[in-house]
Amino acid sequence: MLRLLLYMVLPLVAAWVGVSLALGRRRAVDAWRATWAVFKKEVKTYAIGPIPYLLVLLMTVVTTYYVFADGHYFLYRQANLGMLPFVLPYAFAVFVPALAMRTWSEEIRGETIESLMTSPVPVKSLVMGKFFAGLAIVAAGLLATAGVPITASVFGSPDPGPIWATYTGAVLMAGAFLALGLWLSSLTRNQIVAFLLAFTACFALVVLDSNTGFLAGTEVARTLGNLSAAVRFRSIARGVVDLRDVAYFVSLIAFFLYLNVESIENRRHR
Amino acid sequence: MIEVTDLTKRYGSLTALDGVSFSVPKGQVVGFLGPNGAGKTTTMKILTGYLAPTSGSAYVAGMDVTADPLPVLKRIGYLPAGNPLYDELRVEESLAFAAELRGLRGAERDAAVDRSIEAVGLADRRRQTNGTLSTGYRQRVGLAQALLHEPEVLILDEPTSGLDPNQQQDMRQLIRDLGRERTVILSTHILPEVEAVCDRALIIHKGRLVADGRVEEIRASRRSSVSLVVRASLEAARTGFEGLAGVEAVEVAVAEGAPGYVSVRLVGSADRDLCERAAACAVRNGFGLARLSPETASLEEIFAELTSAAPAAEVALA
Repeated sequence: MLRLLLYMVLPLVAAWVGVSLALGRRRAVDAWRATWAVFKKEVKTYAIGPIPYLLVLLMTVVTTYYVFADGHYFLYRQANLGMLPFVLPYAFAVFVPALAMRTWSEEIRGETIESLMTSPVPVKSLVMGKFFAGLAIVAAGLLATAGVPITASVFGSPDPGPIWATYTGAVLMAGAFLALGLWLSSLTRNQIVAFLLAFTACFALVVLDSNTGFLAGTEVARTLGNLSAAVRFRSIARGVVDLRDVAYFVSLIAFFLYLNVESIENRRHR
Repeated sequence: MIEVTDLTKRYGSLTALDGVSFSVPKGQVVGFLGPNGAGKTTTMKILTGYLAPTSGSAYVAGMDVTADPLPVLKRIGYLPAGNPLYDELRVEESLAFAAELRGLRGAERDAAVDRSIEAVGLADRRRQTNGTLSTGYRQRVGLAQALLHEPEVLILDEPTSGLDPNQQQDMRQLIRDLGRERTVILSTHILPEVEAVCDRALIIHKGRLVADGRVEEIRASRRSSVSLVVRASLEAARTGFEGLAGVEAVEVAVAEGAPGYVSVRLVGSADRDLCERAAACAVRNGFGLARLSPETASLEEIFAELTSAAPAAEVALA
């Protein structure tokens, strides 16, 4: 439990150290205040629109269907999350890009990005604020799947380890998809283009391990599997939090957030 | 306060700014004048760090904007062209967000929002969402946003565009008031606006600075004309006005719809006495004077002249 908490706090600490080193302490405080301001504004904007509510609704419907509807869950008589770890990667490949698509595209289309970039605030803060806001909405969507562990607890006494691990892994995976989606959203003023690009990329990350056909069992298939978000996520979801799996998601997050900052900064040099 | 040296900006093969240099002392209100596409907006985007110049430097308050815009931006209030706002947020919410981005928090933030709303007269609209506001009110929200952190420098890109004449008057009054203790650069393509609000005009055309000085000075350096309608024959009118001091050319024509009258156009230096002398001349010659009106060069005419032959150095007045 403590270790899981550590994994969730770790990226935050790393980001803090990174930003502090880059900007110096005084500016780092300003930068985090700005991040908080952007976070609040983004959450507010999400809350006005229908997206988070649709996300919760869809998460509820999808998880309920895949976990309960086919009857296996009760047939196997096991107190666990059932099919949830297998459904989540696919669900996130659709929902997270849908969440991320408007984030920068709308700012670019409405030219409000000019107000943001002419505020005395580092671009890193803008990116981080948007990232954490998206993550908060995903967390709310994950809460909608709480019915599964609750059901498990009602009918049995499930092992809490894999349940917590699944949710930690889900947040990490969502973070990676979100960072990817945010970056793609910063490349276009068209939300639909942003969505399609992000969905394609996330879907590819999820299915990298499957359908390898004649490659099955070869080194190539193993490598592809190692790069698959679904494989990494299910590995965490089993309850054994391997640092390599965490590092996989954290480095994806860091990489795409970096690209995001760069693509925004580069707008100055058009 | 603002020091721009040899600023050049190219977008691909298009040169938007071509070696523009000027400086603005503290407390001056400067009008940036030019037709669409002249480079006004590009200059302002560079001054606020939104765009990096291809070459040249821009200093605001002694700091290089192009190297590190953040410290400079704390001292600049900027109203971007088109006044982009978050349509889904309420006026007070969007201002609170902007205030937080400018480092204001808690009570300080709320006070800044209240003060800005008061300053631009938005009190009765503060709970409305930006998307439901009329153009005039939107423009005020944009200006309120620029005022939140009490900046020393205001950069306003077309603050009166899209406003009706009354709203334009209000906005000009507001800018005049703000200009008392701040350095202001505003852009416009309306000449009277610059005359009404600004201490000084910078005229930019095709990415080059073509004139710099007080509006009257720029105007006075151009030729102007006086037009009259008098009761006289064509010949008499021509000989009567020819040789009048300060007149370079006399154009006469039969006045339309007024038999017996001719219209006369005297082209000459923009001398205030030219009207008086023309009137006296008409009386002296016994022409019945039906109409007399001075014609000052329009902005378009000034542009036509400024951009035809004269290099910038010859018309600079400041």
